Amino acid sequence: MSPESPRVFHGPDVDRRIMLKGLLGAAGVAALPTLAACSSSNKSSSSTPGAAAGTVTLGSNASDAVPKKAFQAVYDAFQAKNTGIKVQVNTKDHDTFQEQINSYLQATPDDVFTWFAGYRMQFFAAKGLSNKINDVWDKIGNNFPQSVHDLSKGQDGNYYFVPIYYYPWAVFYRKSVFAAHNYQVPTDWNSFVSLCEKMKSDGLNPIAFADADKWPAMGTFDQLNMRTNGYQFHMDLMHGKAAWTDAKVKKAFDYWTQILPYHQAGYIGRKWQDAAQSLLQKKSGMYLLGTFVAQQFTNPDDLADLDFFAFPAIDPQWGQDSVEAPVDGFMLSKNPKNRAAAVKLLEFIGSADGEGAYLKVDNSYDALVNGYDTSGYNAIQKKSAQLFGSAQHVSQFMDRDANPAFTSTVMQPQLQAYLQNPGSIGSILSGIEQQKQSIYNS
Amino acid sequence: MTVGTSADAVETGRAADLPRAPGRLRRLTGRDKTVLTLMTGVPTALMVVFVWIPALASILLSFTSWDGIGLDSIKWIGLRNYQQIFTIYPSFWPAVEHNVLWLVVLALLPTPFGLFLAYQLDKKIRFSRFYQSAFFLPVVVSSAVIGFVWELIYNPDHGLINSLFHTNNPNGTYLDWVGNPKLNIWAVLVAASWRHAGYMMILYLAGLKSVDPSLKDAAAVDGANEWQAFRHVVFPALRPINVVVAVVTVIEALRAFDIVYVFNKGEHGTELLSILITQNIIGEASRIGYGSALAVILLVVSLAAIIPYLIVTFRKERRT
Repeated sequence: MSPESPRVFHGPDVDRRIMLKGLLGAAGVAALPTLAACSSSNKSSSSTPGAAAGTVTLGSNASDAVPKKAFQAVYDAFQAKNTGIKVQVNTKDHDTFQEQINSYLQATPDDVFTWFAGYRMQFFAAKGLSNKINDVWDKIGNNFPQSVHDLSKGQDGNYYFVPIYYYPWAVFYRKSVFAAHNYQVPTDWNSFVSLCEKMKSDGLNPIAFADADKWPAMGTFDQLNMRTNGYQFHMDLMHGKAAWTDAKVKKAFDYWTQILPYHQAGYIGRKWQDAAQSLLQKKSGMYLLGTFVAQQFTNPDDLADLDFFAFPAIDPQWGQDSVEAPVDGFMLSKNPKNRAAAVKLLEFIGSADGEGAYLKVDNSYDALVNGYDTSGYNAIQKKSAQLFGSAQHVSQFMDRDANPAFTSTVMQPQLQAYLQNPGSIGSILSGIEQQKQSIYNS
Repeated sequence: MTVGTSADAVETGRAADLPRAPGRLRRLTGRDKTVLTLMTGVPTALMVVFVWIPALASILLSFTSWDGIGLDSIKWIGLRNYQQIFTIYPSFWPAVEHNVLWLVVLALLPTPFGLFLAYQLDKKIRFSRFYQSAFFLPVVVSSAVIGFVWELIYNPDHGLINSLFHTNNPNGTYLDWVGNPKLNIWAVLVAASWRHAGYMMILYLAGLKSVDPSLKDAAAVDGANEWQAFRHVVFPALRPINVVVAVVTVIEALRAFDIVYVFNKGEHGTELLSILITQNIIGEASRIGYGSALAVILLVVSLAAIIPYLIVTFRKERRT
């Protein structure tokens, strides 16, 4: 306890109580139906302990057509194996689901819900809004390598998450474009910069870029920072331990400033789909994004022409040892109505059959289970598996590795400020650091 | 019994003694009382539950740090939120500037233009109804739709403007209406003004209908030309409407949100106070206290604009 904390807690005690009353009053009217729903659900859960049967409710953010169909295939496969259990899916718009997650988890969430690995998962685990699933991992633990175990644990060491797939971030390009201009895949910084220069003189946009959705810039920074300063420093930075005013961070941005002129102009107002289209139409030479960029390559010939390479090395000390590969999966809500059946479902998802059922429909991602049969993979999936397997460190993504309040209210606008005005990076970084302290220390 | 009668006597006596205006005092029947209680009680209760309690809760929450999860995680931090907003929050001052810019532009461009349209339409020209509907349409359409429509016009890669003028060439002229912080605020202001002009037109049209036509005739007889008649006769007669217009314009400028949010989510260049509140409160790990502090600042600014209006209105009511 810091010396000032007694004052913080005792002084305004009365005011706080009044405020709570007011809040309860305001919430009271709206909460009545919810409370009623709570009490009825508790009754039903106590009736059948242990027996896995009945309905599992599942909240899903898979609102896009392809993932929605693929997840349904997983649930169908599960129901075919476990007759007597029915999975009732409630799909919400992808972004809305994320925006409402706080109130959703506090009200009457579904038994199981889709979510992301990393700090973003640990945050809700630490807040007691999700249920420990060590029993699930007793069954599925052997299916996964140690790295996936670590990704699925909360900060308290318990398991809270079952992964279904991952997708690495890398630099995408069209093989035909590289062949036509006789370009070589760059593995270090200098060859990368000179490749950009060559593309520019050949009339191409060297690097396709779009930041209207505000998260793509975070992906570029992650790569630059891990290549410049290594995985551990990047994680310290994400967790609020390292300072943004550290000269190392400035150095990572300096590399960015160096290649910024090669980025496709007008990126602030562009959506990633449009940037992907410019790669597809051979107007841009390269595009740093997750493998989901392949979703824009709907023609099989174009897809076959798509390839990628790991972000080039900057500091030889780190080389290309880190891969950014976000993992999506499922969590169990704090008071599931049908825990036994939900556990069965999670066990199925964490198996080769479960992941396979998904990947048969949606081939944008890769499976995480040990010894998954990769014969059905396309070229991108195979290469993703190689990249993932070669990685010594796996990061998730800035908005999954860091405090979400920090990434959405500080990093997104500040990265845009940097992109508009790279020269003022010094003052931008000290602004980020001040705000970081106010968010991480509150 | 004696107790009852004496109580009655006291009551009637008190009623008679009270210094009230003669003739206005009447005993209310039980039914009157129920009706009155319902008619004042229900709106009051709604007002308290949906306006006053949330407003007070926001004010109290603005002195706390809270992530929105569990009431026990509310931490009292005094004025820290305000101090941080004013000193280290880089989006705050631009947002204030944009709100002010919004007000100035709405007041100087679409408002006079709305008056101009209304004045022309009031002359009973042909197809007047059609023009009225056309200009009023943007007000009827939801601003979310307006934001979306203008996004299609402004989209830098395949929007209408850039396609027409070939300003979508990344290696040549490239006008990034949505992203460029020097352009995007003006782009949304055009959309907002387009809507606001129609709104103002309807308000002024209603006002012009109430101006006695004989005033204009009298001015014409006195030899005033059209501009003089408007400037010295019609416009002064529009005074009550002008007050409404001023208040509406201030409110529109302060609550500006939906067009921008749909257009580009209020990114660099188009920050607004309302957008900052949303960004901080809605979302995963929300900063309820911080967002509430922003909301309180907006509340104070709004009050500063609204209170003078209310004072004027109440003073007028008292006079009549």
